[in-house]
Amino acid sequence: MQTVKSFTLRNAVIYGLQAGLITTLISMVGMVELFSKRQIVTGVMTTAQVFILLAPALFSYLTARQAQKNNSLLFSSVTGFTSSLPMILLVLLATIFNLREYLVNVSPTLIATLTFGQGAILGSIILAVVTTILGFVSAWLFGLDDKFRKPILTGIMWTLLVGIFSEILQERLRAFFGRSFTSLIIKSKALNPVVAVILLIAIITLTYFWQQRGDSIKQRFANRFVGQQSNKAFYQRIALFALLLILPLLLGTYLSEVVNNVGIFVLMGLGLNIVVGFAGLLDLGYVAFFAIGAYVMAILTSEGALGIADTSFWLALPVSVLAAVIAGLLLGTPVLRMRGDYLAIVTLGFGEIIRIMAGSDTLKSYIGGAQGILQIPKPVFFSITLLKPGQLYYIILIGVLLAWFISTRLSNSRLGRQWMAMREDEDVAEAMGINLVNTKLLAFAIGAGFSGLAGAIFASKLTSIFPYSFDLLKSINVLSLIIVGGIGSLPGVVVGAFILVGLPEILREFAEFRLWMYGALLIVMMLAKPEGFWPSAIQKRELHASDENVTTEEQAAAD
Amino acid sequence: MQRRLQNINYLDVVLWLIRVAIIVFVLWGTIATLRENPYSSRNWIDFIVLGIAQGSMYALIAIGYTLVYGVLFMINFAHGEFFMSGIMTATVFIAGPLDASGYMNKHPILSLLLILLVAMLTSVGVALLTERVAYRPLRKAPRLVPLITAIGASFFLQYTFRGLYGSEVKPFPVINILSGKIPFLGTEILRSQMVVIVVTIFMLIGLYLFIMRSKTGKAIRAVAEDKDVAALMGIDVDRTIAITFALGASMAGAAGVLYALVFRQVHFFMGFLPGLKAFTAAVLGGIGSIPGAAIGGLFLGIFESVGPPLFLDGLNVPAYHQLKDVITFTLLVLILIFRPQGILGERLGEKKA
Repeated sequence: MQTVKSFTLRNAVIYGLQAGLITTLISMVGMVELFSKRQIVTGVMTTAQVFILLAPALFSYLTARQAQKNNSLLFSSVTGFTSSLPMILLVLLATIFNLREYLVNVSPTLIATLTFGQGAILGSIILAVVTTILGFVSAWLFGLDDKFRKPILTGIMWTLLVGIFSEILQERLRAFFGRSFTSLIIKSKALNPVVAVILLIAIITLTYFWQQRGDSIKQRFANRFVGQQSNKAFYQRIALFALLLILPLLLGTYLSEVVNNVGIFVLMGLGLNIVVGFAGLLDLGYVAFFAIGAYVMAILTSEGALGIADTSFWLALPVSVLAAVIAGLLLGTPVLRMRGDYLAIVTLGFGEIIRIMAGSDTLKSYIGGAQGILQIPKPVFFSITLLKPGQLYYIILIGVLLAWFISTRLSNSRLGRQWMAMREDEDVAEAMGINLVNTKLLAFAIGAGFSGLAGAIFASKLTSIFPYSFDLLKSINVLSLIIVGGIGSLPGVVVGAFILVGLPEILREFAEFRLWMYGALLIVMMLAKPEGFWPSAIQKRELHASDENVTTEEQAAAD
Repeated sequence: MQRRLQNINYLDVVLWLIRVAIIVFVLWGTIATLRENPYSSRNWIDFIVLGIAQGSMYALIAIGYTLVYGVLFMINFAHGEFFMSGIMTATVFIAGPLDASGYMNKHPILSLLLILLVAMLTSVGVALLTERVAYRPLRKAPRLVPLITAIGASFFLQYTFRGLYGSEVKPFPVINILSGKIPFLGTEILRSQMVVIVVTIFMLIGLYLFIMRSKTGKAIRAVAEDKDVAALMGIDVDRTIAITFALGASMAGAAGVLYALVFRQVHFFMGFLPGLKAFTAAVLGGIGSIPGAAIGGLFLGIFESVGPPLFLDGLNVPAYHQLKDVITFTLLVLILIFRPQGILGERLGEKKA
């Protein structure tokens, strides 16, 4: 990558314009304004400013990486400067015309944020200067020795993260250390400037020394466990398990609720991971099984008019899972001979059919139509009603651990290998004596079972269900999270769920842009990191092998 | 071998059972409806005309799916968003201000042409950008990868336009010369529906001639046949693919204007369902075939407007009119399962599907 021959000034300008256009788009769809109230460092910096400066910084860094060493500082500054031009154009247009009549999100607040509250002319100049300096700094950072660059980048990143999440941090700190201590660190939902600087320096020094000494410390630590590798893994597992057990106590009500939502998506993700990740069957109607699980649970346990059995949660749970498994078999059978994108569309069709049927008046007398089913009781555990998120957490945890256990055991079993063989090439797999019908149906059924379990828990967690909870977006949601985490990777599902479900719930501003972000993430992940954030070993190897081919061909085409 | 044979038989039996069940269901419903006869022949003609108008739009959108599938063997999931982006932009920037200034009703033809132009250009622009950013770099990737980026692009575009223009339903102005009905073959049909049908016919003929007669059209067909050989013959494959996207998107942009004329409102989510239905139409007619897309669109439109009363009314299904989309999706599922090559049966073996 470093040896791209002809990175000219023109390329630097193009990079800058791209960065500027991306930022302008982010501003115009309303992201910047939405975040302008969330401060990172009190009185100094808001999240919106990070959003504005992120793309220019990133593209300047890219410029520095590709340009020749002697002029990288200049080129990056040029990239930084040009990236401000589209934004300045937007500012000027917005001051001259009343753009808001057409583009609802080009508001005075946005313009004020872009111009640092200094008016159009002065603000534009400041913006240009800031992005230019940013470009220069990025190039300077890139030019630094690895030894310094990594700690500095880590420091900046973590300080920003702590700042962005300071609101939630404040709540937790108060619970443990009291008000007065917390207000020292976090003032009006953002980091105290002094604390921010201390934090930045602390992280930089820590990372620096860890880099220097970390290996020897690790080595010393590892020496104690020589010959006890399995023991070490065992202790790690015990520690993780203990952490999972006391998690709700550490997190408090609100964060527990977030973790519960993440957990339900992890459960669905683990199921879809079997279908898409292991068996390679792209299922876009996966939410159908979630819906079936939820509706069966609702009908069996509801105390309202639509409930038919009044059974307990524990009795209804296996029935819901069974219903979802049967549905998986039924919907799986007719599509056994389809592959790839046709399969995706057919399953999407199934999902939509089930959603429309659930929402229509046709079946209203059985499942409530658009009004849904109400008065679903919460689970009762030995006469304790599990009302709080911190209590429901354990049910979800058990479900996730069960699904995790089944997934790990399956992935290396005979069946798991059959799935993977089928994923790679159906014809070859069949020729090797794999029974495609059974193998595929088992994938659908098991995946559907996990989803049904998630749906059943979801129904009794919310105590009421409505058909619009089961639309295509949910399928896309689950698909996105397993792709972001890494297709076929179990830890990837958890990582993906935390990024795609947990993050938008903590940063509530994201809620409106959730799907926008998912769309962008799907594209960016496929382009830049198709193996996901936590890839499975096989996937990583394969995608990198094919990656090399693609990039060489691309370069050939570009030359 | 014995075991394999048994398995295939089991699957065939299931598929045949599904076929028989559906035929019985449809016949039973039809006979029951016809016996009760709740609709006059006038009603049926109205249903059919509405169906043709709807189907024309599906046909125009379906062209985009078919063209792209023809050259790339890829389902362009974001095509419905090309349809939406054009008419949204034209409504916000052109139709709204023109209507407010009264220009729209003074020079309706000119305004409509301007709206059409802006809608088509926007759709083409969005399509070219999407192709460049999300599809072109992945041309050599495994098949599922572009499908996933297409899904991503679809949601990204939807919510980008939601962010740009707002999430509320926007009214499309009423144009006086297009409101009201005109007599046609002993009955009356809405003027807007008439316009839709006529414009569609002209656009389809134009497109067909372009693909069949022009040099660019020939290049598109060559790329669809074999990309490598086409490249050897001196055809710029990337450019041709981009042109294909642009052609499909321009049809979708025009369909967007027709949609707005009939339904008089636009919305950021409006591309999703028509997109899916147009895909159904494309598959129905035989994906990859342009006449197929036209026939599939018309068939689907008529099926959708005639189907619910004809099949479901007689069976006393409650609230059958809400099940219009269920019928479409059922049709989609059934075609893909039983006849993936569609009505016109373009070559498309199991390998390519």
